[in-house]
Amino acid sequence: MSILVIADHNNQTLNGATLNVVAAAQKIGGDITVLVAGSGAQAVADAAAKVAGVSKVLLADNAAYANQLAENVAGLVADIAKGGYKYVLAASTTTGKNILPRVAALLDVSMITDIIAVESANTFKRPIYAGNAIATVQSDEAIIVGTVRGTAFDAVAAEGGSAAVETVGEVNDAGLSSFVNEEIVKLDRPELTAARIVVSGGRGVGSGENYHKVLDPLADKLGAAQGASRAAVDAGFVPNDFQVGQTGKIVAPDLYMAIGISGAIQHLAGMKDSKVIVAINKDEEAPINSVADYWLVGDLNTVVPELVSKL
Amino acid sequence: MKALVAVKRVVDANVKVRVKPDNSGVDLTNVKMSINPFCEIAVEEAVRLKEKGTVSEIVVVSVGSKDAQEQIRSAMALGADRGILVETADEIGALEVAKILKGVVDAEKPELILLGKQAIDDDSNQVGQMLGALLGAGQGTFASEVKVEGGKVQVTREIDGGLQTVELALPAIITTDLRLNEPRYAALPNIMKARKKPLDVKSPADYGVATGTKLKTIKVEAPAERKAGVQVKSVDELVEKLKNEAKVI
Repeated sequence: MSILVIADHNNQTLNGATLNVVAAAQKIGGDITVLVAGSGAQAVADAAAKVAGVSKVLLADNAAYANQLAENVAGLVADIAKGGYKYVLAASTTTGKNILPRVAALLDVSMITDIIAVESANTFKRPIYAGNAIATVQSDEAIIVGTVRGTAFDAVAAEGGSAAVETVGEVNDAGLSSFVNEEIVKLDRPELTAARIVVSGGRGVGSGENYHKVLDPLADKLGAAQGASRAAVDAGFVPNDFQVGQTGKIVAPDLYMAIGISGAIQHLAGMKDSKVIVAINKDEEAPINSVADYWLVGDLNTVVPELVSKL
Repeated sequence: MKALVAVKRVVDANVKVRVKPDNSGVDLTNVKMSINPFCEIAVEEAVRLKEKGTVSEIVVVSVGSKDAQEQIRSAMALGADRGILVETADEIGALEVAKILKGVVDAEKPELILLGKQAIDDDSNQVGQMLGALLGAGQGTFASEVKVEGGKVQVTREIDGGLQTVELALPAIITTDLRLNEPRYAALPNIMKARKKPLDVKSPADYGVATGTKLKTIKVEAPAERKAGVQVKSVDELVEKLKNEAKVI
C-alpha cells in the first residue's frame, strides 16, 4: 500500500509538522512518498529526502504552487493520488486543512480531520466536540484522505533517510485565485506547536503592554514559546496566531503555563494534552484549575515576577 | 449580487457534552441547540455586505433535521431574506452536505457563498473546501476580512504564521474565522418579521444526492480524565514541584 504525504513548507524549509505525519504514515504501514509542491523548493525536497522512512520524494516546482493556493495544489495532489495511492495525508495545519478537503472532493471520497491515533489500516481516532469526545471512525473509501494532528505522534528523525527525488512536470493552474500578500509575525522564540514549554496569557493579563511586561521575562527564562487564549487575542493583546484552542493552535508541550486564563472549553481543547499544566489565576473557582497539575491562586503581576526571580 | 449562507444546527457552544453510556455518540436529548457560531459570523458578514449595497439578496440554507428550521429563522431574524431547508433525518457526511449545497448553488446561482470554517460538533473543517472543489470555484478559507471589488473578492485569511490575502474570481466560497466580525443580536421585531419570511423545504433527493457517509463512526468515548492536581500555596512550592516532582524545568 502506498501513502502520499503532502509536505508542509514555506519553499525554504520543511515544517516539522511533516515529520509527525510521516510517523502516522509509518503506523499505517506501506511505502511513503512525500510530495513537495512549491516554487524554488529544491531545498525542501532535499530535506524531505533525508527524512527517516521516506522512500520517494516528488517535487512539483512551479510558480503556480508558490503560495500553496488550494485551487492549484489540490488539483495536482488529486491527479497524483489517482496514480495508485491508497492514502493521502497532510498535517493539520492551516495549509493542510485548506487543501485536503478539496483533494478529497476531487477524488469523491470522505475525509478524516485531525487523526490522533491509527487503530488499523482503515480505522482511526479523532476528537470531536472540542476534544470532549473521541470518535473511532472507519473509512470504506477507496482512497483514505486525512489530516494528522501533529502533537499526537512523535516526529520521525529528520536525518537518516536517502530517498530519490523525482520531478513532477504537471502544472495545475486553476486560474481561480491569486496571491496578494502575506503578513508573517516574526518571532525570536520557539514555534508554538513544537515548543517544549509554552507560556500563555489570557484576559487576566489586562493589556498587550502588560502581557509582554509580565510574560516575556518568564518565556525568556524558560526558553518557552508564547501563547494566548481567545479572549487575549480578541482584546488585541497579541496577534491571532498566538491563539491556543479549538479554533487556534493545538499544543501538547511538556509544560503549559496558563496565566490569567479562566479555562473555557474552547481553550482547554487546545492544550489539555500537555504533560504538565500549571495555572496561575486569582480566581480559586476558575475551570482551568480542574485540568491543572499545579495551580496557584494569586495576582499574576506579583506572582510571575517572583517566579522569574526564583527560576 | 446574491449571497448564499449555509448554517448548521449544533449543540450550544457553552454546553458541556456527555458521551452516551453505550458509546454510540454524544447525548443530545434535552440539550440546548443553537446556530453554529462560525455560521452566525457568516450570516452577519452577508448582512453587512447587504447593508453596504454589495449584496442584494441573502438566501440561507441548512441541511439536517426538521428542527433546523429554528436556526434558519434565527438567520432570517439577523437579516437573511429567505431560507431553504434540505430536510433529512438520516446521518449525513461532509461530502454529501457539500454535494447538496452544490445542488442549491446550481439552482440559486449566488456569486458569494459563505460558510463557517468548521462546525463545533464534528470539528471537521471540510464542507466549504469540498464545495469549492465540486463547483470549480475559488476558496477563501478562515477569513478575517472580506472585500468585494470589481467582480472579484479579496479575502484575508488567518494562517499559522499570521495573515495571508488572496484574490478570488466570483463566484467564490468564503469560510469565516472568529475574528471576521461580531454577530449582532436579533431584535424582537426582527424575530417576529422572520416568521413571515419564505422558507422552502427540500429533500436531498431533489438534488440527486443520497444521504449517508462512507465514514462509519464505530464508537465515541470520553477522553482520558486528567489526574486531579494540587493547589500550591507559594511560588517556592511551585518551583520545587516543577523541579523535583514533575521534573519539567
